[in-house]
Amino acid sequence: MRILIYIMCSALVVAVAYWAYTENYTTQASNRRVDELHRQIAKENEAISILRAEWAYLNRPERLAELADLNFERLQLVPLAAQHFAELDTIPMPPRQVVIPNNPISVASDGGKQYP
Amino acid sequence: MRRKPLRPLAHVISAREQGENPDLIEARERAKRNQVAQVKTRVRAENRLLILGLAFIVGFGAVGGKMAYLASSTPAEPKEYVAGSQIINQRADIIDRNGNVLATNMSTQALYAQPPLMVNPKKAADDLYLIFPDLDHKRLVRDFTSGKRKFIWVKKRLSPEQRQRVHDLGEPGLLFGNREMRLYPNGKLAAHILGGTRFGEEGVRAAEVIGVGGVEKYFDDMLRDPSLDGSPLQLSIDLTAQSATRQVLEDGMRYMNAKGASAILMDVHTGEILSMVSLPDFDPNDRPRDAIKGDPSDSPLFNRAAQGLYELGSTFKIFAAATSLEKGLGNPDTMIDTTSPMKWGKFKIKDFRNYGPELSMQDVIMKSSNVGTARMAVAAGSSAQKRMLKDLGFFEAVPVELGEASRTKPLLPKNWSEISTITISYGHGISATPLHLATAYAMLANGGYQVKPTLQRLDTTDAKGQRIISQQTSKQLMSMLRRVVGEEKGTATMGEVEGYEVAGKTGTADKPKPSGGYYDEKVIATFASVFPASNPKYTLIVSLDEPEIEAVGERRRTAGWTAVPVAAEIIARVAPILNLRPIAQKSQITYTSSNNQ
Repeated sequence: MRILIYIMCSALVVAVAYWAYTENYTTQASNRRVDELHRQIAKENEAISILRAEWAYLNRPERLAELADLNFERLQLVPLAAQHFAELDTIPMPPRQVVIPNNPISVASDGGKQYP
Repeated sequence: MRRKPLRPLAHVISAREQGENPDLIEARERAKRNQVAQVKTRVRAENRLLILGLAFIVGFGAVGGKMAYLASSTPAEPKEYVAGSQIINQRADIIDRNGNVLATNMSTQALYAQPPLMVNPKKAADDLYLIFPDLDHKRLVRDFTSGKRKFIWVKKRLSPEQRQRVHDLGEPGLLFGNREMRLYPNGKLAAHILGGTRFGEEGVRAAEVIGVGGVEKYFDDMLRDPSLDGSPLQLSIDLTAQSATRQVLEDGMRYMNAKGASAILMDVHTGEILSMVSLPDFDPNDRPRDAIKGDPSDSPLFNRAAQGLYELGSTFKIFAAATSLEKGLGNPDTMIDTTSPMKWGKFKIKDFRNYGPELSMQDVIMKSSNVGTARMAVAAGSSAQKRMLKDLGFFEAVPVELGEASRTKPLLPKNWSEISTITISYGHGISATPLHLATAYAMLANGGYQVKPTLQRLDTTDAKGQRIISQQTSKQLMSMLRRVVGEEKGTATMGEVEGYEVAGKTGTADKPKPSGGYYDEKVIATFASVFPASNPKYTLIVSLDEPEIEAVGERRRTAGWTAVPVAAEIIARVAPILNLRPIAQKSQITYTSSNNQ
């Protein structure tokens, strides 16, 4: 009986030790992964900030004005001026479209009369 | 195990036969048994002690071993993992009012040398000189080969290509350190506002970036504060308006042969500066060193708009009219004596041309009569003039977020005599910055409230302070200023921009000589304008330094021929950008204004 308890205890110790070690290693592994992800995030952030800087550099007004001049024939862009403002009233309303259904159906309340 | 009985029958019988006490046998047996048990217990106790001792040895050994390990290993920073925490850039970005980037960071690398690690110091110096011809070759060779220097900074910023070329040299004594670099993608565009940065404390792994001018310096602590989580600093500047203003001003400056120029565009209701340009300017990515010799105002670093103290001339006349109206000394139609020259003690005040015996107050402003303004100022008195100028902010440095501006106090006469009152009424004997003028015009235009000029974007559309002149006075002043531009006889007829009801006042002041007195042929031409006059939204100050133009067969320097057309072009370009609808003119029925409530 005693022997059995001893054996069981030792087995328990081994099992618990195994569990503890596995937990330890998985924790270390996830820590390493978190580190790796942090490094990656930092890298991505840096890339984003570089791209933002590049975007801002490519969109600087000086360059856009030059591009507008270069492509004037195609785009006809001129600086915004007072004449470019318009009133809503001066724009004609779009023509109203009348919808005619393709398959007219009979209306029950109308005595089942067929409309053309 | 077989137990031996205490009274073995055979012994007891034989003892009884010999007449002995059989109890003795029992006692003997018991003693024997006890002895055996004692020995056994002792051994067991000894074993226990041994095991316990071993356990202690193992335990203390483990603790001691761990301590020894900790003592001998290199310490590691404890790490904290917070969900969602992000890596913050060293210095916050600066953006304009619409979110466009004005300043951001780039990572780059610095090059340093450790001569003791070098394989061939002489060759390394020669190769480096090939890559960077701007380095001092002799010094490099001396530093590398002398053996005294252990550590030398070679280059503070490397481009990726340069880094690769240095890397390809394969010299183990040349090493790179990470650097964060400030980048201004728009170059010169807002140079004086942004200022610039330089490296502060430098380490191998990183260097501090500190602001040396403009908002970079003013907001240095805020931009470097990690607790703000890298949230960007938003300025009141409108990138597009700033770009248009700078472009027109630069063209205008060249066309008018001016030495320098400045322009300020300000929202009259909030004091937000939408655009501020000073020319010549510089590239903040490569900020020049502060000028040590010569006139600092000739350096491109000098911000003419916020630092330049000038006598702003006739643009001041409207303040005399404001004082007069506020004191109830008349209305825009009150007639004022303009007999020229006006004698005051030993001084004579003359007009550009003779305007006859009298003019109405609005005509005094429209035609810019010195005599008429002087008479108004004398009638109102110097204390009223002082109060008005003080309320308009001419007694203090402009409280804007620029270190350069807060160090620039206006120059006032030491002794405010009657003749000072007279000359100040038409803008002489007092020097202020164009930014002062912009602020003052904003206050007159917004219905008479004080505003604080600012470079930070405000969330409100109205940041007015204390009232300084009445609504009615403000309206009357605006219609007077409108006549300067709108009427045929005004001094700023070239300032008319269709649809934007430009109102304003010109000012042409002779430049003072450093030795005293004034130059005859060098002027500062200023145009202070407000638009649209019927419902003022913005004020624009344009100032040209030493403009000169050949027009209609004459050499002309007055503001009406120089600063005014430049300002008109700026308004024509910038107003639509700011989404300001043109106001309908009498001849045009197509346009109606939503601003004209």
